[in-house]
Amino acid sequence: MIAIERTLDTPRWQRVALPFASLLLAAIISGLVLVLSGHNPITTYEQIYTASFTSAGALTSTFVYATPLLFTGLAAAIAFRMRIWNIGGEGQLYMGAIGASGIGLLLGSWPTPLLIPAMMAGGIVAGALWALVPGLLRAYLQTNEILVSLMLNYVAGLVMYFLIYDSKSYWRDLTSPTALVFPTGKTLSAAATWPGLTIGSFTLPLGFVAGVVLAVLLLALVRSTRFGFEMRVMGDSTSAATYAGMRTRRIILAVMAVSGALAGLAGASQIGDFGHVLDPRGLEQAQYGYTGIVVAALAMYNPLAVVVVAILIGALTNAGFALQGPGFPPGLVGTMEGIILFSVLGGEILGRYRIRIGSQLRPQRAEAEADAAR
Amino acid sequence: MNTDLIVAVIVSAIAYGTPLVLAGLGELLAERSGVLNLGVEGMMLMGAVTGFFVSQQLGGPGWAVLIVAMIMAAVAGALMALIHAFLSITVRVNQIVSGLALTIFAGMAGLSSYAGQVWGIGGQHGLHQLTRVDLFGLGEIPVIGPILFDQDPFVYLSWGLVVLVAWYLYRTRTGLYLRAVGESPRSADAMGINVTRYRYVHTTVGGALAGLGGAYFTLAIAPIWTDGLTAGAGWIAIALVIFAFWRPDVLLLGAYLFGALSSLGFTLQAHGVQMPSEFFSSLPYLMTVVVLAGASTTLARRRIGTPASLGVPYVREEG
Repeated sequence: MIAIERTLDTPRWQRVALPFASLLLAAIISGLVLVLSGHNPITTYEQIYTASFTSAGALTSTFVYATPLLFTGLAAAIAFRMRIWNIGGEGQLYMGAIGASGIGLLLGSWPTPLLIPAMMAGGIVAGALWALVPGLLRAYLQTNEILVSLMLNYVAGLVMYFLIYDSKSYWRDLTSPTALVFPTGKTLSAAATWPGLTIGSFTLPLGFVAGVVLAVLLLALVRSTRFGFEMRVMGDSTSAATYAGMRTRRIILAVMAVSGALAGLAGASQIGDFGHVLDPRGLEQAQYGYTGIVVAALAMYNPLAVVVVAILIGALTNAGFALQGPGFPPGLVGTMEGIILFSVLGGEILGRYRIRIGSQLRPQRAEAEADAAR
Repeated sequence: MNTDLIVAVIVSAIAYGTPLVLAGLGELLAERSGVLNLGVEGMMLMGAVTGFFVSQQLGGPGWAVLIVAMIMAAVAGALMALIHAFLSITVRVNQIVSGLALTIFAGMAGLSSYAGQVWGIGGQHGLHQLTRVDLFGLGEIPVIGPILFDQDPFVYLSWGLVVLVAWYLYRTRTGLYLRAVGESPRSADAMGINVTRYRYVHTTVGGALAGLGGAYFTLAIAPIWTDGLTAGAGWIAIALVIFAFWRPDVLLLGAYLFGALSSLGFTLQAHGVQMPSEFFSSLPYLMTVVVLAGASTTLARRRIGTPASLGVPYVREEG
């Protein structure tokens, strides 16, 4: 019989070694999947590394994928840390993209320094409002926010499709005859393009810089403010927060709004940094909202760790798109993300517990542990 | 309103509701044991892709091929559920995170899509499809004939399973023990019930049923495979369990209600009603939100249904 029991302390070497051991385990399991499907894992890993870091322009495009993942990762991290399971980042991103592109089109004649904050505000407001639907239902009716936020992802996707493909909306390009046959969104003016930081051949998107600033602010919010303290108490025990007289409804609403705003910013950045047009198919295929959950879980919901993990998963996503073909089918990236997630989830706990094979504790050790527990 | 339209709506409600019945029953069993599995969507997609692949590969009489395909789909779902069972029951990680990880791993951009690519079944037209079986020649009876006696074998199977699960939960000793495990694992353990084994078995059987539910899409509704073809049915199945207050009979009715909504767009469009297709497509999702909100007020008032230990790992105090 295999049992898992709590250890009283984790040796330091284990805490350092565990993430690496988990990643190694993930690489081995992914390797098995690759071998089973007739690919050479070593070659595939080399290809991934080259495509995401070393080949020409690779690093720039890694950050193209890391930027939305940074926002959606922060969105999931802040909510999950409070045990509020907002998995609606996908839909909140779509709504943010709709909001930001709407503002960008409406105020296209404004100067760039004013237009950028306006577009960000559009994304923030749209994302936060969309997240407040499950937030309000959870706060006032105790409705399961996991399912509500997920259902709204599909609805937001359909809203986006309606705006571009099935209506003559403000977002749709209706100027040319081809655009009437093959529907596309209106392209934003040049003033609505967010400038990136260029260092040599590498471009860092403005959105990524904003995301890093937000990650630091979020860490400060959670660690050093009264509100952050209340959030942490509620995350650990809702009843403790209630007994302490904290207004849990207000905290739930605030966390959902902040989480939705962050996912909305991912949508705004998709418009301002990269796409400059509302593209329902592109946004839906990218699945940044769902991948943000992977990023947050791997980062153990720590905002600063989200920055690092977003770059790594961004690199993997980038490799997935760059290498897409018969040797590297699109589902492979999601499969590998899942395996990494399973390994890290399993591994993190194994640090705090130890596997015991056999059915009885050895007597002396059992006594020692009982003493220590007292 | 004419009878033909009503019958058409009910028949397609059953067709679209059947995967929800199967996956919902599976989730109900897992949750009754105290394990929340949010990986239903992923398990359904694995069942769908596996069932379709097997049905394309095997030779022999159609009915035999389809039976093997259904079994393999159930096995695929069960294997996926085992991952979740190991992580949530043995390793005791957060069940919500583990379930989400399973959906990401197996879901529309994960293993199910990868398997479809590797097996090269995208774009193939299915060679075998479940067809309606007219029971005892009663399908000719007006109104109730097409609804009750002229369905495909999957539908009859799902009805049988609803009766079986209801009987199991409320009329057998094992079913009673299962409910005890879900309500109070500590007391169940004290009674000598193996909590871990009950949770493993029911989570795995739940996965098998989700796999079957997924296979219904590719073996009965439309014989093709595309990435993410379940389009959220797994999540709706989870919502249905809550809506049904963890009761199999209510679950069946709920699934058909959602089936009717899913097919309403096609049925009305076929009868000449003009509306944006996105409106009809969003109805099942919006309805889920409304129903959940309604169910949660009732749940909060009466505290019925929810297994008390749902989502909580069981740790036996030792030493």
